[in-house]
Amino acid sequence: MTEMPLLSLTIFLPLLGALVILLIKEDENSVNNIKKVALWTSIGVFLLSLLIWLQFDNNNGSYQFEEKFRWFNDFNFSYHIGIDGISLFMVILSTFLTPLCILASWESIKKRVKEYMIAFLFLETVMIGMFASVDILLFYIFFEAVLIPMYLIIGIWGGERRIYASFKFFLYTLLGSVLMLIAIVVIYRLTDSMSIETLQGNYFTKNIQIYLWLAFFASFAVKIPMWPFHTWLPDAHVEAPTAGSVILAGVLLKMGGYGFIRFSLGMLPEASNYFSPLIMTLSIVAVVYTSLVALAQTDIKKLIAYSSVAHMGLVTIGIFLVNSQGLEGAMIQMISHGVVSGALFLCVGVIYDRMHTRDINFYGGLVNRMPIYATVFMIFMLGSVGLPGTSGFIGEFLVIVGAFQYSSIVVIGAATGIVLSAVYMLYLYKRVIFGVMTNEKLTEILDLDNREKIILIPLAIAVIFIGIFPNIFIEPMRLPIESIISNYESANAR
Amino acid sequence: MLDNLMHILFVPEVTLAILAVACLMYGLFSKNNSFNKAINFATLSLLFVTVLIFFDFSTNFALFDSFFSNTQFTKFFKILTTLGAAISLIISKNYFIDSKINKFEIPTLLLFSTLGMLIMISSKNLMIMYLAIELQSLSLYVVASIKRNSIESAESGVKYFILGALSSGILLYGFSLVYGFTGHTSFEGITNSLVEIDNLPIGLIFGLVFVLVGLAFKVSAVPFHMWTPDVYEGAPTSITAFFAIVPKLAAIALIFRFCLEPFGKFYFEWTQVIFFLSIASMFLGAIAAIAQKNLKRLLAYSSIGHVGYVLIALVSASDQGLKSASIYMFIYLVMNIAVFSIILSLKKSDAYVEKISSLSGLSKSNPVISASLAIIMLSMAGIPPFIGFFGKLYVFIAAIESQLYILAVLGVLASVISAFYYLRIIKGMYFDESDDNQTFEFTISSESKVILSILMILITFFILYPSLLTDAVSSISL
Repeated sequence: MTEMPLLSLTIFLPLLGALVILLIKEDENSVNNIKKVALWTSIGVFLLSLLIWLQFDNNNGSYQFEEKFRWFNDFNFSYHIGIDGISLFMVILSTFLTPLCILASWESIKKRVKEYMIAFLFLETVMIGMFASVDILLFYIFFEAVLIPMYLIIGIWGGERRIYASFKFFLYTLLGSVLMLIAIVVIYRLTDSMSIETLQGNYFTKNIQIYLWLAFFASFAVKIPMWPFHTWLPDAHVEAPTAGSVILAGVLLKMGGYGFIRFSLGMLPEASNYFSPLIMTLSIVAVVYTSLVALAQTDIKKLIAYSSVAHMGLVTIGIFLVNSQGLEGAMIQMISHGVVSGALFLCVGVIYDRMHTRDINFYGGLVNRMPIYATVFMIFMLGSVGLPGTSGFIGEFLVIVGAFQYSSIVVIGAATGIVLSAVYMLYLYKRVIFGVMTNEKLTEILDLDNREKIILIPLAIAVIFIGIFPNIFIEPMRLPIESIISNYESANAR
Repeated sequence: MLDNLMHILFVPEVTLAILAVACLMYGLFSKNNSFNKAINFATLSLLFVTVLIFFDFSTNFALFDSFFSNTQFTKFFKILTTLGAAISLIISKNYFIDSKINKFEIPTLLLFSTLGMLIMISSKNLMIMYLAIELQSLSLYVVASIKRNSIESAESGVKYFILGALSSGILLYGFSLVYGFTGHTSFEGITNSLVEIDNLPIGLIFGLVFVLVGLAFKVSAVPFHMWTPDVYEGAPTSITAFFAIVPKLAAIALIFRFCLEPFGKFYFEWTQVIFFLSIASMFLGAIAAIAQKNLKRLLAYSSIGHVGYVLIALVSASDQGLKSASIYMFIYLVMNIAVFSIILSLKKSDAYVEKISSLSGLSKSNPVISASLAIIMLSMAGIPPFIGFFGKLYVFIAAIESQLYILAVLGVLASVISAFYYLRIIKGMYFDESDDNQTFEFTISSESKVILSILMILITFFILYPSLLTDAVSSISL
């Protein structure tokens, strides 16, 4: 068992599934086969990732399941993968959401099913690969390769303004990430090493760190996204098909947060310290401002998109507090947001599939016709608000606790955001679910069918499970986070 | 003596010259349908010469009193040139026949032009250099206007000729200044005469700049690029394919050797010029291509942009720069052959596709072709995991090693702008719904199909074994 390259298998199994789909000729009869291959592949990948979790050693702070091959003969780049407590849950989040996304697209995607499934499986490979990379160049390749399937998913299967949104998404994120490429090459020239593992520390002078930090910031701030670099997100979310939004919110945004922890904190501690007031300011603006913007939205997807920016603001606050509560809170918040916002987008997808509109004013009184839907939506809504007992609470609570050690102004900002999040989410819920059903078109709307229940119930369980047993999730990441913090403190103590 | 005479036949350039003359003779004396045989003969000749270059027969003998240089660098570029020329003939054969420009002069002239390029790559003397450049350009002026009854083709030929002649004049003037101030025409002589000097005399700087301007015309670097889009658009697509693929290689090799060999010591003087050319090419190539509607014009601007990236490697003036440029040009060759082999075989209602807008709906009718084209476009934009990314990566490594941070940052910014128009082609194929009911027709000869398949595998799976290429260039030096 030890000899089996479990991690590589997890990364490349989706690609294998995509290859199989490639060989199926698409017609009336085989469409279902294509969907089934995609679904079972992604379920297999999920099981594999669970197996990794099962074998994961919580008392080992360094990378596990490592695989390393020399890749270039002339440069010290290698195919080096492995996961530690920080990347473990990111990988599981990706593998958890992908089968649900494929299931969610079962009915709603009608054209080019074959290409769609290939794009999704390719996307899964790239996401897992990115979180599992230990070599920076490998990380970069996966990081940028994400753009290709996502661009196609938004552009081909998206809504009205899909072309605008797909171009904006692609070019905006590309602009950020190319600067990271320069930073990576600079790091390689200075250290002759490409391993994220060995570069954790304080290897650069502060002057260089600042430039490198800014280059990394450009890509991660766009990706996560931080105010004022968030403008691509609402467009992309609104135009993407439901499953695309789920992956976008659930996993792709986490790439930014993950990058901040790995690169900005881990490799450039002095610059992180230098820039942390900037991050805090931007994050607080993001939390408050985007919450207010979310309040004013009439499009459900756009509202959730803005709430994502606000929640990610809390994540960046948590990360740059650089204490154990803050970082653990940020991680939990990322996991929680991945589940909750993904689930919220799926909920929007449910009613969008039925009514083909996302206008809040169109709906109202859905609870009368869709009691089960109202219940699961309530769970996710409360998870997003951060009610104790749901996953959102743990993240927000830990971030706030951590923030007290940093500055009370940050606490006030973050808390304002949390309060506002309750306002806009509850307001949304009230307008869509409660009230009297006035719109006649809604009178025939059906409650969740079995497929939708299968999609939404695991997510609801996950929200509550994380909320009640956060320690299961915090335990594996404790050691890596502690090493990042001690590295950060010793670097800035001088 | 006799032994030497036998050897000389196996010098690639000599062999190619003999074969080119043979091709010409055959075409002249055969009555009809000479094109098919001539083009096959030319292709085989080029492949034969590639083999000769690869096995490096009797090179020491053939230095012609230090007129010629024969190094790993020149060998690499010569192989790319002859191989590129051969493949471009293979992929365009059907197009020539289909658009009724099946004249035997085309393969013959292209053989002569390739001969000129081989000598260009190796030349180690200003006079040889000039003669070689003229040999390759004069042949190309003729083929650009080979479609005599087409106004565009004639226009492109004349434009190419006038601007080319102007650049040759500038080049020659530069040579005369260099000769006047150093007293030498050979690279070694120039180098030796500059050993003692710390600052270049002003006349020599003028000479250097004039020569660089002339060479910049040949590689179509901004601001000397004006001929490129018009010639690319006007010439028959098969000729455009040759233009895009082959002459760039030779010109790039020459500009590298000219800058790094005689003037290697004074890199501070010429890097300023190349620095500007590089930035201008990258940005103009990226920005001007956005507005293009014609696929060939778009590829012209894209090639201008690619030249900008190669010139980054030149500015770095290091061994790594040399390697990076070799890798970049190889990758450029691969991507361009692939894209042209698709364009040359793709018809929509009996006309070859030239407009980007007419690509709409391609992904429905020809999913494999449109996927290939999409992959090539992403690769050209430098998006990993495709091969184009590694070209850019190597160039940036060279730039960073020489601490050219500004150039590297500007380079990546230009690559983002250029990504826009590459994405537009994908958008045309995948996102736009086809508004007309015209059907696509993809007719490709079996040879080009094999070539296209190999190239697509190379573009897509290069990431799995990059050392294949990087090992080949690891020993490259001037």
